[in-house]
Amino acid sequence: MRANDDMKRVYVNEEWCLGCHLCEYNCAFANSGLKDMTYALKGRPLFPRIHVEEGDRITYAVSCRHCEDPICVRSCIAGAISKEDGVVRIDRNRCVGCRTCVLVCPFGALLPGEDGVMTKCELCTGNTVDMPACVKGCPNRAIVYEDRGGSL
Amino acid sequence: MKRYLIIGNGATAANAIEGIRSRDKEGPITVISKEEHPVYCRPLISYYLEGKTDLKRIGYRDEDFYMRNGVSVLYGRTAVKIDSVKRKVTTDDGKILSYDSLLIAAGSSPFVPTIKGLDTVSRKYGFMTLDDALGLEKAITGNTRVLIIGAGLIGLKCAEGLYGRAKSITVCDLAGRVLSSILDDECASLVKRHLEEKGISFLLNDSVLSFENDRAFMKSGKTRDFDVLVLAVGVRPNISLIKDIGGDTGRGITVSSRMETSIKHIYAAGDCAEAYDISSGERKVMAVLPSASIGGYTAGVNMAGGNARFDTALPINSIGFFGYHIMTAGSYEGELYEERTLDGIKRLFIKDGVLKGFMLLGMSERAGILTSLIREKTPLKEIDFDLMKKGATTAALTGDMRKDRFGKAV
Repeated sequence: MRANDDMKRVYVNEEWCLGCHLCEYNCAFANSGLKDMTYALKGRPLFPRIHVEEGDRITYAVSCRHCEDPICVRSCIAGAISKEDGVVRIDRNRCVGCRTCVLVCPFGALLPGEDGVMTKCELCTGNTVDMPACVKGCPNRAIVYEDRGGSL
Repeated sequence: MKRYLIIGNGATAANAIEGIRSRDKEGPITVISKEEHPVYCRPLISYYLEGKTDLKRIGYRDEDFYMRNGVSVLYGRTAVKIDSVKRKVTTDDGKILSYDSLLIAAGSSPFVPTIKGLDTVSRKYGFMTLDDALGLEKAITGNTRVLIIGAGLIGLKCAEGLYGRAKSITVCDLAGRVLSSILDDECASLVKRHLEEKGISFLLNDSVLSFENDRAFMKSGKTRDFDVLVLAVGVRPNISLIKDIGGDTGRGITVSSRMETSIKHIYAAGDCAEAYDISSGERKVMAVLPSASIGGYTAGVNMAGGNARFDTALPINSIGFFGYHIMTAGSYEGELYEERTLDGIKRLFIKDGVLKGFMLLGMSERAGILTSLIREKTPLKEIDFDLMKKGATTAALTGDMRKDRFGKAV
């Protein structure tokens, strides 16, 4: 697991987002544990940890904000969500799929994953990608990985 | 060095320990634990029966939680008396523990109804503790007929947990609907239908008049034979410790937003305490995990000399049965907005220009955005509420609100 020792976070500039959904595919691929993108994505149910929101003439991608005082961590009935080194992580082995985290997250950042267990952005620290895949693959650089303050 | 004492060893206590340690790394912490288990979260016991967790994973915190935080736990002990003048607590085995700061996180106890012949029932269980679940698991075989009294959150989760392990499951309740504390008639009947489709039967608007061994005689005149009885009628906050010494109580222990009781150096949080419900403006016991843990953490910070407040409590429930999710929040007052799908209902309650509460059945996506509207009392005229009604989305917020949420560290 890649350590996180800075305050870099994923931010989205909605003015630049094209609504292309590539971030969702890149995220699902990066967290699939597979080497081949086609094999990882084609014909499979996808469980990306980022999703594009669409409103009246705006689109932008939403993923976990890794809040300073995350309400999901305190609300998890299984003690499955924790925050370490500034990254809010979910232990999918402990999650029982009650979705209390969905009911409390003001960002709509948590999504059901495979088997009804929740999944969330961990800044690609739990996979082999060296930088969040959504950021790396964003064609219009709408998604950025920056330090905009906050504390670990 | 400040000495901390916590009565109770549930999620409230665990969060309080973390709250204390966020400010004070040294002061010794003692926990009085009625149960012989390290902290686990009560709602998980139905998931245990269902096989979604096990004894290894059910722990709320990792194995070295107490050691790492310098906590000594007195297992199998209860507190029987507080001396708030000398700042001492007496346990059931006569031990006297001194404190500088005390937290009552004693939770609630199951309410056991007085029903004629209940003592003749050989196999009866509550459904509150891990030991209840373990006992129930032992008592059940594929031939067991289970009768559950109480169609509330506890009774129905018990039914789901036992599903597939028992021969039959019947749930009875005095109320005319299931989950009567969080759902209205129509939503409740939708949930009931889902459970009936699985083969769980209901005797609603009915109660047990008497038992004769393993037979229940219902008020309606029906009889029901069973092998195992589960009592899930309701719970009562454990308030006697503070009441005995003249502390303020309502249904639960009265606390400030700093989780202080009316007695100096004594705090209370979790299912035994009352809090101010931001959605209804009333003080009430909100026996849900987020309130317990946030309240516990807040108490812990303040016990260690900090100044934390928990003033955003509201009743919320996320509960699912066989993959069908139900989410509720806040209070059901004001104007109703409703949307239906083939298998779901959305009900939003709007009053004084703000969202007060909701029921979401079979559609739970991003519900926390709606919860935040209640909590923050967001004026609905400022946002695109028509878009929000269709589906919870931050796209319905104003650009400035979105910048606040997404444009900076939060």
